[in-house]
Amino acid sequence: MIKFFSNIMKNDKLLFFSIIIVSFQVALAICAPILGFQDPYKMIMINRLKDPNLMNLFGTDHLGRDVLARVVYGYQTSLLTSSLAVILSLIIGGTIGLLAAYYRGLFDRIIMRFMDILFAFPILLLAIGIIAVIGPSIWGAAIAIAIVYTPIFSRLIRGPALVICETEYVESALSVGASDFRIIFFHILPNLTSVILVQSSLLLSAAILVEASLSFLGLGAQPPIPSLGLSLSEGRNFLLLSPWPAVFSGLAILFLSFGFNLLGDCLRDRLDPRLKGEFENKF
Amino acid sequence: MNYKYLINRIFDLSIVLIGISIIVFSMIRLIPGDAVAIMLGANTEITDEAMNELRSRLGLDKSIIEQYFFWVSNIFKGDFGTSIWTGRPVIDEIYLNAWPTIELTVLAVLIGAGLSIPIGCFMAISRGSISEIFARVTAIAGLTIPSFWLGIVSIFLVAKLFPSFIALGYVPFFEDPIENLKRMVLPVFALSLPMIANLSRLIRSAMLDALSQHYIRTAKAKGVSNFSTVYKHALRNALIPYITSVGVSVGYLLGGSIVIEQVFAIPGLGRLVLGAIAERNYPLLQSSILVMTAAFVLVNFIVDILYLFIDPRISRND
Repeated sequence: MIKFFSNIMKNDKLLFFSIIIVSFQVALAICAPILGFQDPYKMIMINRLKDPNLMNLFGTDHLGRDVLARVVYGYQTSLLTSSLAVILSLIIGGTIGLLAAYYRGLFDRIIMRFMDILFAFPILLLAIGIIAVIGPSIWGAAIAIAIVYTPIFSRLIRGPALVICETEYVESALSVGASDFRIIFFHILPNLTSVILVQSSLLLSAAILVEASLSFLGLGAQPPIPSLGLSLSEGRNFLLLSPWPAVFSGLAILFLSFGFNLLGDCLRDRLDPRLKGEFENKF
Repeated sequence: MNYKYLINRIFDLSIVLIGISIIVFSMIRLIPGDAVAIMLGANTEITDEAMNELRSRLGLDKSIIEQYFFWVSNIFKGDFGTSIWTGRPVIDEIYLNAWPTIELTVLAVLIGAGLSIPIGCFMAISRGSISEIFARVTAIAGLTIPSFWLGIVSIFLVAKLFPSFIALGYVPFFEDPIENLKRMVLPVFALSLPMIANLSRLIRSAMLDALSQHYIRTAKAKGVSNFSTVYKHALRNALIPYITSVGVSVGYLLGGSIVIEQVFAIPGLGRLVLGAIAERNYPLLQSSILVMTAAFVLVNFIVDILYLFIDPRISRND
């Protein structure tokens, strides 16, 4: 493990750098309760809209809450929602893509056509429409993003899976009588690890932005939950009095999304340079 | 001209449009609880008569399949339904609110597509490990900057530095073109930056790809000037994947404009959609989502057709 990291550090400094950024932010989110940040819900009204100072390194918001604490706990909300969405869409979309590639025929045609139709919606618009149906909340946002990303994953997995289905080892597994389940999940799936890793990281980066947009519009996390998008929209109303809540929560969204995007990008170069995603430009 | 390609594309287009209409139609029916009671919710008194009246006005007393065909056939007649609160035809409200969104999107596409070509070419020519890392990091940073945050920060900076410059709101172009464009500067900037980052990176890799082709070596060998090899021979080939991405970006811009309109208080389709959700105006919501998605699909269809003229290889192989 140590050797692996020292190897990366020597050969691919950018990848190393991206791993550092991502793990720092994830660790901050996970360890927030034990790191001694202030209570993100505690309002001190006389301390409203303070500039950054020693007590509140990032200043305070319009309700006198510590912005630093709200940003760190906002990381939790953001990471929880977007990773839940990516995992859900990976499981559903990935399974659809695998089955479509393996069974081909009518099943493939119908299900992929359906995926194409879902894919035809502008992402944010479809997410907003879904939330209008299921109601605005963290879970609503996670489900909406998961549904929106399902066709993307199914297409991303189906392509390489089609290639793997043609390989000799799948053919030999078939000829010794392995079950379909075994071939799909033990022979094809492990060979897609690098695709899954790269695309999950890239899509997580995009999901963080979508989640922030939804919370910003009031369709994601609801007050008083600490959420980066929500803080940004609340901070906007007090912009001229104190820009800090808006500035810091926006920067936090940027760093989080940037870290995962860089990580996915560097992983792609390292694992498979031929993987040039056609979905890069759609988020 | 390959008619088979064209017919295939038109077939795909109609399937996708039908699918979209079914999904959008189903959405409103999937809302838990009685949509009619929810719609009447703001009124203090909900009587059975009022509910039945609204239900038959929306055609909700027929079977689902009948309702769908009723809805679609009305759309073909240009009737998208009436807005619950204002009682005006939904299509009128969409039409009124569409102009700011169209202007925002078109300007952002022009700026994004226009600026990304020179930036991408520049990044492709200045190769080297430092510039490579720089190009990559700035492109990713541009892509992951939340555009609404950029909008908010730019409003703040402009308000502090140039207090006389009003950045918010919308003035129709034909009323006051200069004021209109002045107010479009910041939203278009915020909206197009991720697109510039993404497209210039795409141009860069496509240019690098094109520059390593044999025809470039041939051009150089026969003594074509450096400028001409880069901008005439390589760029024209690099533009092929770029055009698809411009089409796909329109979807991102339509989504992004919903947020940007909210930031800059522009009365566009995004505000219409959000307002419709807030006041549970489902016919309006349904139609605006349908219209925006159909517009996006049609743009991509046109891009597909453009290919026939740009890249003759497609019509030969497909």
